[in-house]
Amino acid sequence: MAVCIAVIAKENYPLYIRSVPTQNELKFHYTVHTSLDVVEEKISAVGKAMADQRELYLGLLYPTEDYKVYGYVTNSKVKFVIVVDSSNASLRDNEIRSMFRKLHNSFTDVMCNPFYNPGDTIRSKAFDGMVSTMMVQTS
Amino acid sequence: MFLYILPTGSVAASVVRKSRSVYIVKFANPNKGRKIDMADDVLFEFLHMEIVSHIYKDQASVGGMDKDRATCVSTLEGMGFRVGQGLIERFTKDSPSFKDDLDVMKFICKDFWINVFRKQIDNLRTNHQGTYVLQDNKFSLLTQISSGKQYLEDAPKYLAYSCGLVRGALSNLGMDCVVTADVSVMPSCKFQVVIQKI
Repeated sequence: MAVCIAVIAKENYPLYIRSVPTQNELKFHYTVHTSLDVVEEKISAVGKAMADQRELYLGLLYPTEDYKVYGYVTNSKVKFVIVVDSSNASLRDNEIRSMFRKLHNSFTDVMCNPFYNPGDTIRSKAFDGMVSTMMVQTS
Repeated sequence: MFLYILPTGSVAASVVRKSRSVYIVKFANPNKGRKIDMADDVLFEFLHMEIVSHIYKDQASVGGMDKDRATCVSTLEGMGFRVGQGLIERFTKDSPSFKDDLDVMKFICKDFWINVFRKQIDNLRTNHQGTYVLQDNKFSLLTQISSGKQYLEDAPKYLAYSCGLVRGALSNLGMDCVVTADVSVMPSCKFQVVIQKI
């Protein structure tokens, strides 16, 4: 389960960011921000060398001491970043993939909502609820 | 509020205007009770015709003749733009990322066109410098209009929405462009896409 989920716009500003309530929420913002460079690198690499391997899922971006950061980029160049706890060893690649797919489905629904303005911060309750199901439950 | 009534007497769709460019459409399930083939296509065509006539009627009551032609076209184009942005997000959800601009245009001609208009683009031409010409020999939004020369000058208002659709789709995929359409013989039309290079 994720500790932080972020949606980043084409122009690299946050559309949505949510993390588990801890003391240092800012640390997650920093982690996500740093990951954007890796995302950028991976996208430009896809254009050149790996012409046959054109997947939306970017895989593990980088591990830190406490967390693992995964990335995903849609065809419209919107980025999704999921941060998970490193201690959570049971989480497999497949599960991360399905989390991203769920996130993408919900994001599509938000985009197709006529009352949502593309580029605005996401305030949808349905999206919020879906993200909550993927976050670590803290009681 | 408009209601679309099927020959059987049941309500097919209702349209409520929320604000200047937001309309809420509620479709009744056409498959409820009995199967009506192609009913959803017809609903889109009716709705589109109604939007066009509504916007032109609205503008005519305000004033000025030449000025409002341009604003009507841009209103329709703007509506299409937003719809195109949303649609492309949905259509490209499961497709792999695109190699280059030509790859994107092929997607528009095939998948996008089939999903929206139930047919492919008949001919795609390019000069490989950012200009693409998409030719549709039987464009579905023009098939209800007489194929003679009589209504040729009315054709552009039925194409503005589709131009916006294409522009919105491309813009969301990161290609800023200008889309124009022209008609020489009635049910066929050509969309010209010029990509803006920065």
